[in-house]
Amino acid sequence: MSHFDEASAAVQAALEAGARYADCRVMIRRSESMTARDGDVEELVSGESAGLGVRALVGSSWGFYAIPDLSDAAARAAGRRAAQIATASATVPGPPIELTPSAAVEASWASECAVDPLGLSQSVKGDLIVGATAAAKAAGADLAEGIYQIWDTTKWFVSSDGHRIDQHIRECGAGVTASAYGDGEIQRRSWPSHRGQYGTSGWELVDSLDLIEHAPRMAEEARALLTAPLCPTGETTLVLGGEQLALQIHESVGHAIELDRILGWEAAFAGTSWLDLKQLGSLRYGSELMNITIDPGLPGALGSFGFDDEGTPATKRDAVRDGIWVGVLAGRDSAAVAGLDYAGSVRSDGWARLPMVRMTNVGLEPGPHTLDEIIAATDDGVFMDVNRSWSIDDRRLNFQFGCEIGYEIKNGKLGRMLRNPTYTGIGPKFWQSMDMLSSESIAWGTPNCGKGQPGQVGHTGHPAAPARFTDVRVGVRG
Amino acid sequence: MSAESIRAGVELELAARVVELVRQAAGPSAEAEVVVRHDAEALTRFAVSMIHQNVAEAVTTVGLRLHLDGRTASGATTVVGADGLRGLVERTVAAARLSPPDTTWPGLAPPSPLHHSAGYHGSGEHSRLDFGFDEATARATPAERAELVRDFVSAADGLETAGFCRTVYTSAAFVNSAGQSVEGRTAEAAMDGIARAGGADGVARLASGRLSDLDGALLGARAAAKARAARNPVELPPGRYEVVLEPEAVSDLLANLSVFGFNGKSYAQKQSFAELEADQFDPSVTLVDEPLGSRDEHAPGLPFDDEGTPRESLVLVREGVTKAVAHDRTSAAEAGAVSTGHASGMSRTWGPFPNHVRLEASPAATLPPVDESIGAVAASARPLVARMERGLLITDLWYTRVLDQKTLVITGLTRNGVWLVENGEVTAAVGNMRFTQSYPQALASGMVLGIGGESVLLPDRWSGTRYAAPALHLASWNLTGNASG
Repeated sequence: MSHFDEASAAVQAALEAGARYADCRVMIRRSESMTARDGDVEELVSGESAGLGVRALVGSSWGFYAIPDLSDAAARAAGRRAAQIATASATVPGPPIELTPSAAVEASWASECAVDPLGLSQSVKGDLIVGATAAAKAAGADLAEGIYQIWDTTKWFVSSDGHRIDQHIRECGAGVTASAYGDGEIQRRSWPSHRGQYGTSGWELVDSLDLIEHAPRMAEEARALLTAPLCPTGETTLVLGGEQLALQIHESVGHAIELDRILGWEAAFAGTSWLDLKQLGSLRYGSELMNITIDPGLPGALGSFGFDDEGTPATKRDAVRDGIWVGVLAGRDSAAVAGLDYAGSVRSDGWARLPMVRMTNVGLEPGPHTLDEIIAATDDGVFMDVNRSWSIDDRRLNFQFGCEIGYEIKNGKLGRMLRNPTYTGIGPKFWQSMDMLSSESIAWGTPNCGKGQPGQVGHTGHPAAPARFTDVRVGVRG
Repeated sequence: MSAESIRAGVELELAARVVELVRQAAGPSAEAEVVVRHDAEALTRFAVSMIHQNVAEAVTTVGLRLHLDGRTASGATTVVGADGLRGLVERTVAAARLSPPDTTWPGLAPPSPLHHSAGYHGSGEHSRLDFGFDEATARATPAERAELVRDFVSAADGLETAGFCRTVYTSAAFVNSAGQSVEGRTAEAAMDGIARAGGADGVARLASGRLSDLDGALLGARAAAKARAARNPVELPPGRYEVVLEPEAVSDLLANLSVFGFNGKSYAQKQSFAELEADQFDPSVTLVDEPLGSRDEHAPGLPFDDEGTPRESLVLVREGVTKAVAHDRTSAAEAGAVSTGHASGMSRTWGPFPNHVRLEASPAATLPPVDESIGAVAASARPLVARMERGLLITDLWYTRVLDQKTLVITGLTRNGVWLVENGEVTAAVGNMRFTQSYPQALASGMVLGIGGESVLLPDRWSGTRYAAPALHLASWNLTGNASG
């Protein structure tokens, strides 16, 4: 069933109420998640959400209104309300806005999906998650937790610039975590990452994770961490696993290249960026091994779509090439303000939320080495993997990460396991120290990227492979 | 301009209808609980001294949890017509039947009356409880919010500004198959903004149950004064510093202590630092969760939780002794306690935690009178700053994350203004710094040198939680690096 008519009615009503541009997203999302603990189901939740959100531009001011009602009359009322809100925005106006041109498109797109995750029996999915926690518990975990999440979103987009696009995006993922309790501390190991692996994919992604097979090892490693030596303190050579590097990219590159942050539009909350548009095309962000792409068309990655929430088709772009900053994540209004001719990175987390600049798939192109080669080439250093904590300043410059597990590297070999590994640094200095990069890339999914007010949760993808960094401060403790 | 209409009885009728649909679909033995919320949130956001995002939504959500033949499932929908409700019930019943057995089901909340708040009660149309609900805030228009933003921007006197003005109206009801049936409503207003001067930011932030309590001009002037005073910062070496934390920074302590420490699930799973009846804090520290407000302020939350348990004040820490953690029915059963009315839609997974926490201010008599003039230092922090021989005044904390949950070691950064204080006077602005610090340790016996005499109501910038915080003078805070590297 199409909802183009309701979206068109909302857009038309906004125009009649004085908007010079309007767009509307009708979205229907079904979701399902299960959490399990110690071999028992903890919570099974399914959801259905349907509604429309209208965006109206009156003069240089925006308004947005959303309602959970898909009738024609409600759509028209929402369009008028969005225009009224935009008119109120003009109380504190900005400079004139012209949107970056976007060709009118009529299209349909769907993500790839072999096994419909919502169509699969809940008993099959539940047995897997419960079974993974039971396996970890049996292997000695004091606490074993598992989760799967599924989102099935259909949306219809209409704009006054002639867009008419429908998309069907299915996403899912899962993970298992084992915790071991020691004297006054808790150690934790997660598979395949600290909150699971996610993608725009069917249940085949979850099947490929082999949760039950890996769960016992997580329990054993968590237990072993309790008696492992602390990560040493000081500056050393740091080798990061791909999962941790994915979050490093997310926090210290992905957010930094968001154009709304660069322009100061997120200054009060999410923050700004250390990047200055005057240096676009010339600033050295990292070493020559650093090639970051923005690729919303990457099949199966969590940040993939056919069109963004302004109707711009998915297009692969460079953000960093040979270590030089060359691109940003942009929307039609922010691009115009910055004098750029491309948008394509505007998304909302549902019909009730304003579309805004968000990451899609922001990833590091693979390098020439393997992890084994990187370890073998390191005389003295630390290997860390799987994120445990993350913190970065409001300019996306100063970061500190904690990982679940570390190992010392001595004379080209992995040595003792290390507990509470942390590292800290400054973005460009850190990236410029990257001297080895693996070819073993995986597109890690981050299903919990927070931004915006009211808060929005974004789903992003980050292709990443293990890499080596020099002179990094490790072992920061309270 | 049209504004949100005030609802009466709609949610209660919807909730009762869903319970009846469950009875028809699954029989009388099915245990069902239904929460219906109508949330109307409007947020006017500004940056670069213009309103750049201005949004509103009005959403009714029906949440159903049912326990059937030893299995449990939950469902939610925003599709509240007859077909939508029937679909919700059918999906949730089917999910329960296919779900693995649930051995931790705690049963339904029994019928029980709502508690009266400390300061406001007695006038609600259906619940007979009103809790200070301000209809004008619930009906606030985009124009009213825009005028407050205009006042904030103007008062910054040419400095670049950014922030938001928000109003939220919630009308909700709970019905379960055990006979509990309650309803309530709440309204909240908040303003949060920064002014920017030469790379330095200053902040002003306030929450209230009444939009009319917010003064955009006063907040804008405060933010601008702090921003101007924060210009030309120096860098200080990392290390342990004596600090005065302003209310904004203290609210971060309250949030992390609540989410990770006073969380009933974390406590039951031995992941929390909390030990009941143990001297875990300085004797000057008393923490109270106040979902129903107090004599001085409107209720920030609904008078019942998502399991229908009536809410009331909960003393978490009294004079340094940990007295309680927050429970829903599941964590309470696991810990051998009773629910404290802190169930939420996600509390079975993430745990129940208090989210309207107040750190009790010092009795006014123990502190010099508060200077109400506008300047770099928040009024409530001035008496504490005056007593500090050498240390840092920190306005705000940012991006705080847990390194170790049991000891609640947190890393994060300062934000929106840091100053060096020498002999009771601010002597220099300081650049932002990273810290790595155990929060309970920072508040341990002997570590709290003073608490401000005035609590400030502060909105959470992400969700609907709220904290009441005075300024706090601490003996030691572990700053582990400069933000600039």
